[in-house]
Amino acid sequence: MSVVDPPRNSSRISGRPPSRALERAFRGLCLFAALLPVLVLAVLLFDVVRTGLGRIDVQFLTSFPSRRPQTAGILAGAVGSVWLVGLTAAIAVPVGVGTAVYLEEYARRGRLATLIEINISNLAGVPSIIYGLLGLELFVRALSMGRSLLAGALTLALLVLPIIIMATREALRTVPLALREAGLALGATQWQVVRQVVLPMAVPGVLTGSILAISRAIGEAAPLVVLGALTYVDFLPDGVTSPFSALPIQIFNWTSRPQAGFAVNAAAGIIVLMVTLLMLNGAAIITRNRMQKRLGR
Amino acid sequence: MAPRQPRRWVRRWGEAVIERGLLGCALVSVVTTAAILVILARQTGEFFSEVSISQFLFDSQWTPLFADKHFGIWPLLAGTFLTSAIAIGVALPFGLLAAVYLGEFATPRVRAILKPTLELLAGVPTLVYGYFALVTLTPLLQRVLPELSGFNALSPGIVMGVMIIPMITSLGEDAISAVPGALREGAYALGAGKLQTVFRVVLPTALSGIAAALVLAVSRAVGETMIVAIAAGQQPRLTLDPQVPVETMTAYIVQVGMGDTPTGTLEYRTIFVVGATLFAITFAANLLSQRLARRFRER
Repeated sequence: MSVVDPPRNSSRISGRPPSRALERAFRGLCLFAALLPVLVLAVLLFDVVRTGLGRIDVQFLTSFPSRRPQTAGILAGAVGSVWLVGLTAAIAVPVGVGTAVYLEEYARRGRLATLIEINISNLAGVPSIIYGLLGLELFVRALSMGRSLLAGALTLALLVLPIIIMATREALRTVPLALREAGLALGATQWQVVRQVVLPMAVPGVLTGSILAISRAIGEAAPLVVLGALTYVDFLPDGVTSPFSALPIQIFNWTSRPQAGFAVNAAAGIIVLMVTLLMLNGAAIITRNRMQKRLGR
Repeated sequence: MAPRQPRRWVRRWGEAVIERGLLGCALVSVVTTAAILVILARQTGEFFSEVSISQFLFDSQWTPLFADKHFGIWPLLAGTFLTSAIAIGVALPFGLLAAVYLGEFATPRVRAILKPTLELLAGVPTLVYGYFALVTLTPLLQRVLPELSGFNALSPGIVMGVMIIPMITSLGEDAISAVPGALREGAYALGAGKLQTVFRVVLPTALSGIAAALVLAVSRAVGETMIVAIAAGQQPRLTLDPQVPVETMTAYIVQVGMGDTPTGTLEYRTIFVVGATLFAITFAANLLSQRLARRFRER
């Protein structure tokens, strides 16, 4: 059916329109549907804060895991997560930006570019737990990194790569073509144009994408569980080859224990996780707004 | 500010190196896909050298971790199907109605608030939703359904559905706003009301876009891990009863990952076989969704 065709069932459209009240009820139903996930999140947050807020204190933030919920803390998980996410960003951002620059600025339209593009959009749809299996066989076993921070960070980097690539490509596309042509006309090489003209203008977009990627990496538990992140760690990582725990792993462990005290710990851990994510997302929104203002949109 | 100009041969050589380096970055994603395929295929091959395909397809039990081992995939598929079906049953109607609200009813101001809020929801870690399903929703549901077990398919299914709503809303709204305004005006001119226009003109026209969103949601539900690993249980069971503990494919992989299964054993290989099955399902769904989305963009 092409766009200009009249609807096939047009004869049924005429006839008495339903009453105003019915329309209003439908509109209300639609609004309710739009608000439902927000309501659920509000209930979730309320519940978590009510259960866990009282548990957050200095002891909780600076203690290692323990058999007794009252003395357990998130130190190992939180420090592990900071290491993990820092390493992930250090690996994924350069590779992701490089890929985006290649596809937008260098690649000729052809079979290779199409192959890479199809690949990236397919990778974005692969369940995160499959990345865990990939990391387990490739990094932990084949490249014999063991169940180390580096293996975890490499796995998470592959997982978030499509996010960074897509955000960066979008940012690169907003840079006007005329600026590139002006640079080339002045005798600059392609790389000089990219590095001194195009990339600086795309920085806010790259930052937004990187922050989104990082917040995805912070909350991921499934691939790390498969990879063999530890749940009981009473030391801090001393390098990239160290075994590790992570905040989501710690929360998952507490959630799956039957004693009520651990559910309280899980709620407290979730508060820490959500506050971190909220701050990161806030930062992403602010950078995006600044970018839009600067580009005059 | 004019760029610094090094010697010509240095420049030409340097440009070539940089282009190769960038191509190298781009090839990382190709290598990733290849590595996933090779790893899953190799471990699956090794698995089927020890377990027959007919046992995998026709046995009705999945007990690789017990003394009496059975390797029938159906209990895990049933668990995955059950939780995903419940999730889609929640996400599709609510997600679509929300998309209709954003596309047809909302004022620009309301849209400007609602859209980013829904995007924010997509950023909540699924682990958090899993906690919510187990600790909050299941006890709540037990008041209404006393038969409901502590681990079940119903509660994680519902929570997963709520998690997927923003995705269907966002993709569905894209499809709805791609419907040309002239079609709506034509319907109004024929005397149709808002409801008739939405149900007889807008939604049918946006159908392929909506179908693409639905298929992508199915893929997302099938691959979702933490919600079901936390709240659905670890008992592979060939059932469609949403009140009893089940185990999904993803939850099985987590269960083995939590334990200390030595590498290279048959138990170790089972997670790759399950992973390969999961990958095949989600990959097919993603391809189908892309094809449907392309059809709706072409129109």
